Amino acid sequence: MSGFDFDRRRFLSAATAAAGVVLAPGVTLYGIGAAARELDEPASADIRWGLLIDVNQCTEDCDACVTACNEENGVTGHGRPATDAQWIRKVRVRDPKTGAEKHLPVMCQHCAEPPCVDVCPTGASFKRADGIVLVDKHICIGCRYCMLACPYKARSFIHENLSDQKPYAPRGKGTVESCTMCVHRVDAGGTPACVEACGEDGNGAMLFGDLNDPGSEISRRIATYATHQIRGDLGVDPGVRYQNL
Amino acid sequence: MAAKTKFSEYRGWGFGYLALLAGLGLLVLAALGAAWFMEHNGHYVTGMTNQIVWGMPHVFAVFLIVAASGALNVASIGSVFGKTVYKPLSRLSGLLAVALMVGGLAVLVLDLGRPDRLIVAMTTYNFKSIFAWNIYLYTGFFAIVGVYLWVQMERRMNRYATAAGWFAFLWRLILTTGTGSIFGFLVAREAYDAALMAPLFIAMSFSFGLAAFLLVLMFACAGTGRPLGDRILKRMGTLLAVFVAAVLYFTAVQHLTNLYAAEHVGVERFILLEGGVYTTVFWLGQVLLGGLVPLAILLLPGIAGSRTGIALASVLVILGGIAQVYVIIVGGQAYPLVLFPGMEESSSFMDGAPATYAPSLYEIGLGLGGVAFALLMVAVAVKVLAFLPETVADSAVDPHHTDSSAAEPIAAAA
Repeated sequence: MSGFDFDRRRFLSAATAAAGVVLAPGVTLYGIGAAARELDEPASADIRWGLLIDVNQCTEDCDACVTACNEENGVTGHGRPATDAQWIRKVRVRDPKTGAEKHLPVMCQHCAEPPCVDVCPTGASFKRADGIVLVDKHICIGCRYCMLACPYKARSFIHENLSDQKPYAPRGKGTVESCTMCVHRVDAGGTPACVEACGEDGNGAMLFGDLNDPGSEISRRIATYATHQIRGDLGVDPGVRYQNL
Repeated sequence: MAAKTKFSEYRGWGFGYLALLAGLGLLVLAALGAAWFMEHNGHYVTGMTNQIVWGMPHVFAVFLIVAASGALNVASIGSVFGKTVYKPLSRLSGLLAVALMVGGLAVLVLDLGRPDRLIVAMTTYNFKSIFAWNIYLYTGFFAIVGVYLWVQMERRMNRYATAAGWFAFLWRLILTTGTGSIFGFLVAREAYDAALMAPLFIAMSFSFGLAAFLLVLMFACAGTGRPLGDRILKRMGTLLAVFVAAVLYFTAVQHLTNLYAAEHVGVERFILLEGGVYTTVFWLGQVLLGGLVPLAILLLPGIAGSRTGIALASVLVILGGIAQVYVIIVGGQAYPLVLFPGMEESSSFMDGAPATYAPSLYEIGLGLGGVAFALLMVAVAVKVLAFLPETVADSAVDPHHTDSSAAEPIAAAA
């Protein structure tokens, strides 16, 4: 039992390290997750998982992060854009005065002070000690108040029956969901699917890491370059930061 | 001094009464069918989307919940403010308050994504959520108004009526503060996020609740052949005018304050000028038909105080109220969330674009079913318990009544 766990962890660590070695030279923004966490070990408040997105690297025609997220988490549509779920989307931002445009992915910003968690009547919307904001599908009553409260339009309500769900990303008709920061991967010592895809198939615009660790790549970059939090004025302290926005 | 009021059950089994029960019952059944259909298929069969997450059911539910607390005011005026002329009406006032609240909550619960998890909502709380607080405020409302009705109807307990009335009055003010704060606490939405939502909702509750009470009272007196005095009606009509004016005042303050701040001009332009259906519903439904016209009917010399006028004004206040709640809830969501102030946004998830919403028949059916259920409860309750006074004639209820002060009570049509 423990031997198996150990082997799996060692394999994942080795795989992550190998991936890092392969990708690091050409891809500047590709973070490496921490070691896997034991299943009975609670998430640590010493860690705050976060993302850094370099908007200059993100191009209009690339949607590698969106495709990877949908595949990883089994987010499929029914051809009804108004009611289909979207965990991550590419947003075009245009300055009406100059015409300058930027393209960037927007997903759950995993706020330190998440309004969705504040308003949820049952506590289904919650924040883990390591900063990842999730929905407990077992106690979500589908009131949708969190969707009204979210400053980022990050949440989707499941409007119809689902099939072929991924075992690690349970979803349910009548409940609300959003980006989990690929918590199943992070807990296993990996990185979110969007970040991985951005590094492999995209332009390496996304970096994942521990914002609380001053030595992490993400912390060092944030300490060096000016970064932006979407609607930072609301004081919700998003865990996703944007560079060159 | 007016004689002590006698209350009695409605004893008739006429065709009209049975037809009323049947009609309301059918509407309730239709609503249950609509709710089942929506839950079975999922919400994609409704007009609601990931952009408009609260639609027509919430408009009805919030209207009913707001009107419920307001319907209690007639009882409060009697118990709390000592106006004895209103005391014969206080039982019906309490009954209507409970019934409207039940109707509103039923709609709210049946529109949940998982209504089968109601027990979770009742047992698992996040006390930072105003929604969780409201669950206590609503259940407490039933308990307090229940006790209030009991001390009024049980002679030995009558001496506690004033204390119970005070408690109920304060509770209903807190409750409506909670309802308004559902929107007031939405920090990221341009149309909400304002402390003014709480007093605005309280003013709305006074207005919608009294209008609903007036219609139910006039209908009940006419239907059961009980006299209803012109003077007491006129008093309540004038009071309704004051409440309608208060709603207009808070609405004006809300929009003027927003217009002053450059950051809110966008949402104001949307609601007041360019919002299409929301702009029409605001000016035509809420302000004109739901505000200015009833104000004129209730106050202009010559027509003020007429029975038809008061009934018409009450109907308009209710329709205008539904229009107002529609503009607040649906219009407020239709205005796109601003992620990047000063920038234009677009995406496959409809960022930056005003959301469209066309309520489905199921949602309207569910909402109307809530109204029907509330009225059905009142219709049944006045038959089994003595909620209705035997007379609301001016000479019977008004301690200052003289024969010359008003026309003699007109016996309502049997």
